[in-house]
Amino acid sequence: MTALPGAARGAGRFASAYGPSAVLLALLVAGWEAWVRAFDTRPYILPAPSRIWQGFWETKHLLPEHIRTTLGEAVLGLGFGAAAGVTIAVLVAGIPLVRRVLMPLLVVSQTIPMVVLAPLLIVWFGFGMTPKVVVVALWGFFPVAVATADGLMHADREMVGLVRSMGANRLQVLRYIAVPAALPAFFSGLKIAAAYAVGGAVVGEWIGASSGLGLYITRAQTSFRVDRVFVAVVLIALLSMLLFAAVHVLARLATPWMYVRTEEETT
Amino acid sequence: MNAPAIRVEGLEHTFRQKGREVRAVDGVDLEVGDGEFVALVGPSGCGKSTLLRVLAGLLVPTGGIAEVGGVSAAGRPGLVAYMPQKDLLLPWRRALANAALGLEVRGVPRQEARARARALFGVFGLEGFEQAWPAQMSGGMRQRLALLRTFLVPSRVLLLDEPFGALDAITRRGMHAWLQGVLAIEPRTVLLVTHDVEEALVLADRVVVMSPRPGRIVDEVAAPFARPREPGIVTEPAFVASKARVLAALGEGEAPVGAGEERTAPGA
Repeated sequence: MTALPGAARGAGRFASAYGPSAVLLALLVAGWEAWVRAFDTRPYILPAPSRIWQGFWETKHLLPEHIRTTLGEAVLGLGFGAAAGVTIAVLVAGIPLVRRVLMPLLVVSQTIPMVVLAPLLIVWFGFGMTPKVVVVALWGFFPVAVATADGLMHADREMVGLVRSMGANRLQVLRYIAVPAALPAFFSGLKIAAAYAVGGAVVGEWIGASSGLGLYITRAQTSFRVDRVFVAVVLIALLSMLLFAAVHVLARLATPWMYVRTEEETT
Repeated sequence: MNAPAIRVEGLEHTFRQKGREVRAVDGVDLEVGDGEFVALVGPSGCGKSTLLRVLAGLLVPTGGIAEVGGVSAAGRPGLVAYMPQKDLLLPWRRALANAALGLEVRGVPRQEARARARALFGVFGLEGFEQAWPAQMSGGMRQRLALLRTFLVPSRVLLLDEPFGALDAITRRGMHAWLQGVLAIEPRTVLLVTHDVEEALVLADRVVVMSPRPGRIVDEVAAPFARPREPGIVTEPAFVASKARVLAALGEGEAPVGAGEERTAPGA
C-alpha cells in the first residue's frame, strides 16, 4: 500500500463515516437560526447560532486560559482515574475475596450524584485544581475498573495453559497473556471515561473555581449571556471529542493487532 | 541419562463432572524412547488429551507415574514442548514473536530468541511472514507457526495434540511430508495424538491404540517402513495390513472407507 492511495482511501472513509452526521448537524444549526429569526426569540431565552458565534468572538481572548485549565484537570483526572481503575481491576480479578467485598461498594459509589459530592470536595481540597481532578478521577475510574477486570478475568485459559507448559511463572502469565488480553477492554473503559472527563471537570469548576470553562459558564449565567453558555457547551463537546480521539489513537498504538484488516489475506 | 524420554506407568485420572465421577484414563502404561515417534490413536474422549496434559505438567493425575526424562511431570510444567489442539497463537504477537515465545519464557534475551526463530522461518515455509499478525495468516500457515513455536521450546520431547486436525485433507497430507522433513533436520522425540489412523501410520514408528473412556491401551502396532516415508506407501499391502489392525483394535474392524478422514469415533 503506497501512501497516497492509502491517504485518499482514508479521507474517503472519513467522509463516508462522518459525512451524514455533519450534514444533519448543519441542517439543525440552519433550522435553529431560521427559527430564532422567524419568531424573534429573545437571546437570553435562546440565542441564534450567529449570536453564539459573536459571543465566541467577543470572549476569544479569555478562552485559551479557561480551556487550558479545564483540559488540564480532565487529562490529569483521567490519568489518576485510569491508574486507580487498573489497580482496582487487578485486585478484583486476582483476589476473589476482594471481588466479593469491593464490587458492590464500587457500584454504590457510582450512585452518589457528583453534583452533591463536588461542594464537599471543595470543602476538603480547597478551590484549586485538586477537587476538579478528584471529580474527574471518581467519574473515570469506574468504567476503567469494570472493563479491565472483565478483560483480566476472561483471559483465554488454554493460552494460559500453553505458556505454563513452557514453564512460565505467574508473573510471566500476566505479562504474556493476561495483560495483553485485557488491553482492548481497558481501552474501551478508558474511552468511556474520556468522554465524561471534560464534563466532570466542568462540574467541579461550576461549584467554585478561579479559572476554567465551568467558571466561564457561571459568569455567563449571572450576566444572562446565554450565548456564552452555548459557547462553553460547544467547547466542552469539542474538547470531549478531542480527548476521546486521543484515547482512540492511543488504543491503536497500544493494541495494533485489534486493527489488523484480515481481508488482506496473504495466501 | 538412561531414563526413557517418556515413561508412563499405571496412570489413572478421575475428574468430577456435574457431581459424577468420570474416569478419563484407567491404568495406562507407555514408554517412548529417545528420538522415537509414537502416535496415540483412540476415539474422542478416550483420555489422549488428558495424558498429554499430564505430561505437559498442566494436570496432576489422580494416580500413577508420568515421567519425562526420568523426572515426574505431575504438576511440573516446562519439561516438554506441548502443542495443544488449537494453534493458540497469541493475537497480540506478530509471527516472529509468537515463534520465539517459548524461548522468551525460558529467559532467553528477546533479540537472541527472535534471531533463532527467524533462522527457522524458511524451514517451516514461513519466510517473509515474520512480521505478519496471526489474523493475517491462513490455517496451514498458522499451524506451521504453532509447530515452529513448539520446536523452539527448548525441549527434546514434543507432545502434539492433533496438530493437523483443523486442516483439510490435502493440506494435511502436505504437512505430513513436511513434518517428516523438519524432523530429519531437527530430530525430536514425539508423542502425537490423532484421530487419523493413516496419519499415525505415516508419521510414527509405533502406533498405540486406546479404548473409549475410561482410556486404556488395547494394542500397539509397529508401523511398517522406515522413516521418512513417501505418501505413496498408504496403498502398500503392509501399510494396509497395519491400518486394518489398528482399525480392528479401535473396534471398527474392516471399516470400509475414509479411515484417514474420520473425524468422529465409533460410539462417541
